Amino acid sequence: MGLNRVSPLAADDRETGITETNACHVRQGSAVKMVKSMSHPDVPHSAVDALYEEADRWQINTGGQTIHAKRIAGRWRTIKWLTASVWLIYLLGPYLRWEGRQAVLFDIPNRQYHIFSATVLPQDFWMLSLLLLFFAILLAVMTALVGRVWCGFFCFQTVWTDIFTWIEEKLEGPPPARRKLDQAPMSLDKLRIKAIKHALWILIGFLTGFSFVAWFTDAPTLWRAFFVGEASGTVYVTVALFAAGTYILAGFLREQTCFWLCPYARIQGVMLDRTTIVPTYDEQRGEPRGRVKRGETEDHRTTGDCVDCNQCVAVCPTGIDIREGQQEGCITCALCLDACDQVMDKVGRPHGLIRYASLDELEGRPTKALLMRPRVWVYGAILLLALAGIVYGFTALAPIELKALHERAPLFVLLSDGSIQNKYTLKILNKVPEPLSVTISVSGRDDMTLVGAEKPVIAEPGGVTPTVVFVKIPRRSLAAEQQPIVFHAEATRSSGALIETERESVFVGPRQ
Amino acid sequence: MAENNPFPGENNTGHIWDDNLRELENPPPRWWMMGFWASILFVVGYTILYPSWPVGQEPTPGIMGWSQIKEYEKGLEQVAAMRAQFEDRIGGMTADQIIADPGLKQYAVASAKVLFGDNCSACHGSGGQGNPGYPVLADDDWLYGGKTAKIAETITGGRKGVMTAHRTILTEPEVETLANWVVQMSESAGAGGSEEGWALFRTKGCTACHGQQANGHVVDLPNGEFVTVGAANLTDGIWRFEPGGYDSAKHTILNGVNQTGLAETRNAVMPVFGAQGKLSEQDIKKLVVYVHELGGGK
Repeated sequence: MGLNRVSPLAADDRETGITETNACHVRQGSAVKMVKSMSHPDVPHSAVDALYEEADRWQINTGGQTIHAKRIAGRWRTIKWLTASVWLIYLLGPYLRWEGRQAVLFDIPNRQYHIFSATVLPQDFWMLSLLLLFFAILLAVMTALVGRVWCGFFCFQTVWTDIFTWIEEKLEGPPPARRKLDQAPMSLDKLRIKAIKHALWILIGFLTGFSFVAWFTDAPTLWRAFFVGEASGTVYVTVALFAAGTYILAGFLREQTCFWLCPYARIQGVMLDRTTIVPTYDEQRGEPRGRVKRGETEDHRTTGDCVDCNQCVAVCPTGIDIREGQQEGCITCALCLDACDQVMDKVGRPHGLIRYASLDELEGRPTKALLMRPRVWVYGAILLLALAGIVYGFTALAPIELKALHERAPLFVLLSDGSIQNKYTLKILNKVPEPLSVTISVSGRDDMTLVGAEKPVIAEPGGVTPTVVFVKIPRRSLAAEQQPIVFHAEATRSSGALIETERESVFVGPRQ
Repeated sequence: MAENNPFPGENNTGHIWDDNLRELENPPPRWWMMGFWASILFVVGYTILYPSWPVGQEPTPGIMGWSQIKEYEKGLEQVAAMRAQFEDRIGGMTADQIIADPGLKQYAVASAKVLFGDNCSACHGSGGQGNPGYPVLADDDWLYGGKTAKIAETITGGRKGVMTAHRTILTEPEVETLANWVVQMSESAGAGGSEEGWALFRTKGCTACHGQQANGHVVDLPNGEFVTVGAANLTDGIWRFEPGGYDSAKHTILNGVNQTGLAETRNAVMPVFGAQGKLSEQDIKKLVVYVHELGGGK
């Protein structure tokens, strides 16, 4: 009976000291001790033990172990900083001014959304659905083509965690120093370092929450109101929740968020296919991995290109081993590419042992050019349509809108002078930032009398002003039960510009 | 057991069967457990603050003293406070003044819509479109006058129309001539009534209520106003009693309106709304605005 079998890989791990790094799937100090035990007549021991060997690899980091990733400079690191800087828009955007007010202001209490000179009202919100469609498809197409670039380069969880760990490194030093500090007993020095770190984290959390709120209210006013205690309860609660959320998610939960909390990680995970280009370890080239042996020339070596230095694991912010293949923990941040390339430079082997590659490419299948894939065209077409809709929406934003609601009880009444009267509630939506004096008229027939629109209607900005009008037509001249009529609304802005709009409606009379 | 564990250092629970089959312990992550305990703490705090445990007839009230009915009442107070600014202003104004102010008119109409639905629509229809036997309020034909003061009078004191039954007063041919005349008048806007009809109308006492011109004006005053007793205007196309036409007119002439002891008589009664606290003066004022603005106010 073969004694407890140990898989070569597991043995390797222990020998190479992978447990000293932060590989999440290997628990520290959990080497399975193999003990000779009594035989059982029916079940071969090896079969049972094989299960427990696997169990060792089931172990995943559920947050019990802090990932202290090594930071190294490199091409992808630079790209990551650049993409992360997109979030400066979020932090600084609210301070941009335009025509005397905040350039982008989502004024929820007044139900007005100012985007530079455009004012979007809830009535224009069909554009928002197109915007959401645009971003949903963009996420899908990017994921299908180049994997979880959102996760690795743009996601706020990734970016904020990156900033938080950067601060941590500046204060506590590189990963070994950080681990040492974590394990050290509390001292005045440790307390000081930790206190500064947490204070900075909370400060960033506060700025994050504050910037969020600043998009919804005038930012300079908010700064003042916030600190003299005049801001609304909603503001304080929102800022506090955001600050706490940022502090906990980026400071403590970190990669756990990507592993267990984030639904996008899972959704994007299933969007990958064989043609998707993701950071991949070239197994063909790398295996069998092994250290560079003294005296062995490059021409005669028995090992693959991987020198098993574990640098790819050491730099990984989620603590995974890319050499195990594409996995849910990989946010495709490409930092392992930098690490591996640097090692390859040192040992004089070509770059790209870990590189952006598709499964097809690695397995030697033919790869299709980007523009030859139908998926690119279909997704591209949807993106373009959504974008075209939004552009159309913004260029066609009417300054006023008119709606005509025909009274239904009664549909019409006979008046004592023998004419038929219909009642309409007109709703005038004024989207310009000044009150308008709107003149209502009606067209479609010559024998109509409009009652109730003798004086212009004052339409307040950013709201709907209803007004009731009556249309009268002599009964004898009505040839059909229904007549199409058109209401017109006309106003002059203070700038002298004439604004017009019209609305079709119907005039109902007795059945002929 | 623990001291004889053949797999030391492993995360097993110490339960081992058949030499090497053992139970491993993989606890949920710490953050998950923290969330779990925090949610239990939340429940404890919540049940202290809010009504929760069913003890006896009433649940424990919770130290915050919160209840749904209190929240509802608070909501009502907020609504009342919002309305108060309008109600206060309306209180000191006449219906005509309210109509002249677009904002107040809008409020009065919106507010009275509910009153109209509760008190008026059963007879006059949800939009004042009338019902057989009940006048349309959205047109400009008013039995008692369409000015706000008259409408207020109607709602406050109610109305009861009266017309004598002519079955014993007029002969059959006379009734037929008059009914035909009423139809002719209606179709021609008062211009095409037959001579015989006019003659009967003037000699049989109809003018006492319907007026000399048959337009319902008993007396025309020099200031343009007129006196009416609620008799129909016979010179327009609008019929007081649906469906209108010859048979309808004949029926009304024969049986009159609100004649006691006559089963076929027309009923035309509007109840009193101003008494017994049914509607307050303020409510009536808003209703007057509403009715006036339905489409035919004078």
